[in-house]
Amino acid sequence: MKRRSFLQGVGAGALTLFFTGPAGAAPIVPTRPGAYPEDFNAFLKISADGRVGCFVGKTEIGQGAMTVLAMLVAEELELDPAQVDMLMGDTDLCPWDLPTGGSLTMWQTAPVLRGAAAEARAVLLGMASKALGAPVASLALKDGAIWVKSAPKRRTTFGELVKGQKMERHLGKVKPKPLAECTVIGRRVPRKDALPKVTGAAKYAGDLRFPGTLHACVLRPPAHGLVLATADTAAAERVPGVRIVRDGAFLAVLHPQPDTARKALALVKGTFEGTEPDVDDGRIYQYLLDKAAPGQRVVSSRGDLAAGEKRAATVVEGEYRNAYESHATLEPHTSVAKWEEGRMTVWSCTQSPFVLRDEVATALKLGQDKVRIIAQFVGGGFGGKLVGPGAVEAARIAQKIPGVPIQVAWNREEDLFLDGYRPAAVVKIRSGLDAARGGITFWDSIVAGVSQGEAEFPYEMQATRYQAPAVPGLHPLKIGAWRAPNAHTNAFARESQLDALAAKAGVDPVTLRRRLINDARVLRLLDLAVETFGWDPAPGPTGRGIGLACGAWRQGFVVALAEVRVDKSTGKVRAQRFLEAVDVGLVVNPDGARQQVEGAITMCIGQALSEEIRFKGGRILDKNFDTYLLPRFSAIPRIQVVFPDNPGMPTQGIGEPPVVPVAAALANAVFDATGARVTQVPFTPERVLEALKRVPAK
Amino acid sequence: MDAPVSFVLNGKSVTVQSPRDRMLVWVLRDELGLTGTKVGCEAGLCGACTVLVNFEALPSCSTTLGDVAGKSVLTIEGLARGGKLDPVQKAFQDHHAFQCGYCTSGMILTAWAFLKKKPKASRAEIVEAMEGNLCRCGAHVRILEAVESVGKAMGGAR
Ligand code: FES
Ligand code: FES
Repeated sequence: MKRRSFLQGVGAGALTLFFTGPAGAAPIVPTRPGAYPEDFNAFLKISADGRVGCFVGKTEIGQGAMTVLAMLVAEELELDPAQVDMLMGDTDLCPWDLPTGGSLTMWQTAPVLRGAAAEARAVLLGMASKALGAPVASLALKDGAIWVKSAPKRRTTFGELVKGQKMERHLGKVKPKPLAECTVIGRRVPRKDALPKVTGAAKYAGDLRFPGTLHACVLRPPAHGLVLATADTAAAERVPGVRIVRDGAFLAVLHPQPDTARKALALVKGTFEGTEPDVDDGRIYQYLLDKAAPGQRVVSSRGDLAAGEKRAATVVEGEYRNAYESHATLEPHTSVAKWEEGRMTVWSCTQSPFVLRDEVATALKLGQDKVRIIAQFVGGGFGGKLVGPGAVEAARIAQKIPGVPIQVAWNREEDLFLDGYRPAAVVKIRSGLDAARGGITFWDSIVAGVSQGEAEFPYEMQATRYQAPAVPGLHPLKIGAWRAPNAHTNAFARESQLDALAAKAGVDPVTLRRRLINDARVLRLLDLAVETFGWDPAPGPTGRGIGLACGAWRQGFVVALAEVRVDKSTGKVRAQRFLEAVDVGLVVNPDGARQQVEGAITMCIGQALSEEIRFKGGRILDKNFDTYLLPRFSAIPRIQVVFPDNPGMPTQGIGEPPVVPVAAALANAVFDATGARVTQVPFTPERVLEALKRVPAK
Repeated sequence: MDAPVSFVLNGKSVTVQSPRDRMLVWVLRDELGLTGTKVGCEAGLCGACTVLVNFEALPSCSTTLGDVAGKSVLTIEGLARGGKLDPVQKAFQDHHAFQCGYCTSGMILTAWAFLKKKPKASRAEIVEAMEGNLCRCGAHVRILEAVESVGKAMGGAR
């Protein structure tokens, strides 16, 4: 792209209203892929008019990264976050970064960015000291101005000092401000993306309107495992303006109007060949167990299982399942690609611009430097947009039609069909409790479909064995990372199992956990949750419908409490109240963190109660939101969120942790309400009715 | 050539040349360049494409151009007046009643139409009014608070 259109591109597509001073458009400090740059100039630019621009390779997927990262910069440079312009997810302009996922932003990027801002502050103060002829210690700094404390008239500004140029001085590592001096961290800050989002001005990939754009709809096989053999495009080609792009089994119908392209695609008659997997959503669990069996290996073990089993007074054997679940972001995968002067530019709804750059480069056999990804506002990610097959499709077509922007916007059916699902999984656990009801004597767990990731929680256990399969290609359908991958599957199994042990032994779920937990931080969190909820636990089932579950993600811990009502005639579960106590260390943006927790609880009510990808062979039976059921307003409980004060621990990230225990807490609440143990996620009304039938009559 | 169709869009009269059976969402987004109206399901199931037709909230993915001939259509772009946010927009902004924002246009317009009819609504009535709008990010609790706050501030008639 030429410099002029390059700037326009920034203005039109990028994630913020952006200043256009020379520093703003300056090419970034070259960075090594896979490493954060050492030079703070890569992250921060000060334009001639003194505005601070912050460049990061993360994207705004709704999680509030734009706001919280601006807060960190503002903190060190004594600005209001509103004075920091964020430019995110442009691989030409932003330094390399990890994907926006796994709750990595606050854990990995935040300390680097804060360090960069701290160094910039020190450099600016040094420059001001020279310019004003006063020692650094005598200077004050606020809102982009620096002055001599004792003589406020002797002042200068960021803009005057830097003049839009790169700052050449370097001080090496500079410590960020001590927490006691922080004024932005911990404060409620208005979200930077609020105004564009409430006015409809925010640009998502599908909202870009480059002149001459062709909308491409790709012909899909009716089932996974099948590929296009023959295609009759004659009828489609009779539609005025239609163009067909065919490359082997890949066929796309292009038209200047998105809806006409879609209609023309329907006129293409294709035949398909290949073999569908021989499995469906009912048989999938046995399929996974059988296929995983030969590859099972012990991933960790401790103590003597057999001896532990002998010591057990109460033994429970459980099998827990969860279905394939879609990310179902409200914005389906959408990208626009343009091939020009030997370079591919892709505007996309991505969580991982740098991974996508490599994905596109590899698919098109281009050098990395020949691909530029420009992330837009992303209409939800949850792990589903860590990969960008739709972006690759757009680029593939664009390469054949130089200079013409190609948009590929999946519709809902494609998005549900092509998604990389949260894997279906089975977890089997055999475990025992001692006669004193205070010690787990053995815990033997084997999974199929997921790993044993985050299977353990800080519970004391005398003997453990965890097995997981090393079987590549285990799944008949495409799987992907779904918010807190592995962890929520394993927490559902572990916390259900513990609840079953407690009930069988006649001890209440809180007392049992208190006896198993030695970690003071986790105990404190448990107490906080129970007290805030106002719960006086008793051995279940009590009929009250309250369930407890714990979860971990890295060093972040969550205690969840759910209160449900179960309609025993229909099997319908209604969450009435849901509380999470969340300890992820320092909470930089309390309101943003709270939003993440509220969102996770809400999302996982769908996970627990209604969301399941039904399939038969390679055919995905759920094609839209009429059968793929996301939680609606009427399903939302009263939500409470509490954060214990833990500023001493570095922030752990908040996207995943609150997801982890939700389904388990709800399942345990169903047990407490009815005595029925639901062991399959989602616990739909039919499954609850089945579980109710298994409850022994009193 | 299709016969021109006229309607009032965000207070201004417009005439478009599209076929009458073209879905309004494409007329708005593709032909008129108003991309604040989103597409989530194209089947009337998610509410992302909600616009107001004669002040009634309708899914523009399932409403044809012919359906709105001669009527007034209000989209998210038409809500703020003279650079000032509408109270519903302001409430969504203040309550952070969104995350990714993809559902937000539809949420705001659905709430707007409802509040116009019934400013003093109970929580249960708001839930019922919003039931057709999906939010994958789970901003529901904030959205309900935002809508409730506008109702309270209006204290009755709009
Ligand atoms: S896009 Fe119209 S209701 Fe979903
Ligand atoms: S804010 Fe993302 S769908 Fe509602």
